[in-house]
Amino acid sequence: MSLATDLQAARIDPVYGLGGVALVVAATVLIGVFGLRLSRTTSDFYVASRTVSPLLNASAIGGEYLSAASFLGIAGLILAYGADMLWLPVGWTGGYLVLLVLISAPLRRSGAYTLPDFAETRLESTTVRRIASVLVILIGWLYLMPQMQSAGLVLRTVVDVPAWVGGVLVAVVVAVNVLSGGMRSITFVQAFQYWLKLTALAVPVIFLVLAWRHDGAPRVVDPAWVLPLASGRDHPVYATYSLILATFLGTMGLPHVLVRFYTNPDGRAARRTTLAVLALLGAFYLMPAVYGALGRIYAPDLVAQGRTDTVVLTLPGTLVGGTLGDLLTALVTGGAFAAFLSTSSGLTVSVAGVIGQDVLGGGVRAFRIATLCAVLVPLGLALAARSLAVADVVGLAFAVAASSFCPLLVLGIWWRRLTDVGAIAGLLVGGGLACAAVAVTIIGGPFGGLVGALLAQPAAWTVPIAFTVMVAVSLCTPRRIPAGAARTMVRLHAPESLDVNRGDWRPNGGGNRSSH
Amino acid sequence: MKRRVTVTGPRRSAAARPRYPATLEIDEQTRLGEVYMRSLIRSQLRLAVSVCTVTGCVIGGLPLLFLVFPVLRGLDVLGIPFAWLILAGLIYPAFVVCAWWYVRQAERAERDFAELVER
Repeated sequence: MSLATDLQAARIDPVYGLGGVALVVAATVLIGVFGLRLSRTTSDFYVASRTVSPLLNASAIGGEYLSAASFLGIAGLILAYGADMLWLPVGWTGGYLVLLVLISAPLRRSGAYTLPDFAETRLESTTVRRIASVLVILIGWLYLMPQMQSAGLVLRTVVDVPAWVGGVLVAVVVAVNVLSGGMRSITFVQAFQYWLKLTALAVPVIFLVLAWRHDGAPRVVDPAWVLPLASGRDHPVYATYSLILATFLGTMGLPHVLVRFYTNPDGRAARRTTLAVLALLGAFYLMPAVYGALGRIYAPDLVAQGRTDTVVLTLPGTLVGGTLGDLLTALVTGGAFAAFLSTSSGLTVSVAGVIGQDVLGGGVRAFRIATLCAVLVPLGLALAARSLAVADVVGLAFAVAASSFCPLLVLGIWWRRLTDVGAIAGLLVGGGLACAAVAVTIIGGPFGGLVGALLAQPAAWTVPIAFTVMVAVSLCTPRRIPAGAARTMVRLHAPESLDVNRGDWRPNGGGNRSSH
Repeated sequence: MKRRVTVTGPRRSAAARPRYPATLEIDEQTRLGEVYMRSLIRSQLRLAVSVCTVTGCVIGGLPLLFLVFPVLRGLDVLGIPFAWLILAGLIYPAFVVCAWWYVRQAERAERDFAELVER
């Protein structure tokens, strides 16, 4: 470890940093253990779904959605590469606008609880369901892996422990919580996590900006960093457009986002919730750019050390200092752990649900085994894979979702002539190509030149291919149009106030939910 | 006799209503029912596509703008670089306004449809 790294690490007082982590972990475990009884009575999936307001529900979506990549990763990438990385939070917010206009209300009206449920309802095929299940598991693992990697990073920054400790800590806390049923379905807890994360970024930002002004408001000296399309990465124009496509279209295909839409009482509420989500995410994403820019001025040495993902944690100590700086550091550290825990819990529940239901055949025992699979595989990946920027790996998960579930959802909702064969072909080709690009990037990379850019940002070519294959194969197999397609269209699009026949389909896992 | 009159009263008013409400046409998947459903889906799809088109033009146009007019990249507005002002600030409220407009329009389309078929 170089002297510079020592100095960097020494700026954080381990007592305060650990205090922040311990508080968040303790609160999460307590809610998990003692909240079990509470979760039975307030469980929104079983009982209270009709009383959850759009704002509360939107806070819960925000709490689950804002992961380590949003809390730490964006600021780190902005610090490293400058203006081009501003597209990342823009896409992660704009994805909800696309989701709102294309799928929010019909998806809620479908009554589907998971993406495989939707695939089965719409296409009346268990094969499509199985392929969708595999993709949900892959996307979930890909999204969980960087959460655990960055937990290791944070803990290593706060106290000098090996990187695997943080990942194992998050894995254990999440597994205990999900197994005890604590974090499982409490809208309130996830909603609280959103406001915690917002506070943990917003309060330090006020002090950081005050300190910056007190310092004479210096500007960034590096002119190329401020400019768009000058990031120093290969093929910035292609990378920018591919990133836009992946984030805008990938959001709708994330497994843990869809589950939350089920909590809305009806399609109209689903739209209003999404509108509130846009406002909440917009408020949050105003801040990472400030951290990135201040980091460029005050902590540019992080770039050379390859530790840009820690900029949010180190800035309060560097810029404010003293006891106040320590307290602010504790706040951001706690917020970062809240980000890992809430996102990982939501993802683990979604992935474990799919593994338990569709792979192991359902039941409580299957769910327990599935939870361990859902946590241990990404933990293993996190420990084995080479270190990549958090936000980059999460970006790859978006690319896979955009090349598989986006065409399935959009065509399934708006195009009557989609067939099961077409959907299978599209999912396999689009999802397969994107997964292959991801695997090559994570295992073999980094590659330079055009090939590297195409593999690191695959969405620009995999999304059009997936759409084309799905449409073309469907048109070639017109006899495979599901028998109940017209009825399903009524179900998806007719407002709930109308008294019409919507078919009698119930999701496969319905037994589990109706028995409570 | 008197009892008989009270029974036929409500029947007469029931007979005055249309015999086949549009919801029944939809339930029985008649051609008319199909037309009703298609009109709803078309109007909602048109709305969704128009929002996506506007968003796509603005979002997709910005990198193009920076590519074609490099002078815009370094432009300062109120001391903040143009790209940062848009991407790190103004675009978020724009998203919310756009979404709010869409929700209003979509709910209006559904109300119109409900009035049409329940008339």
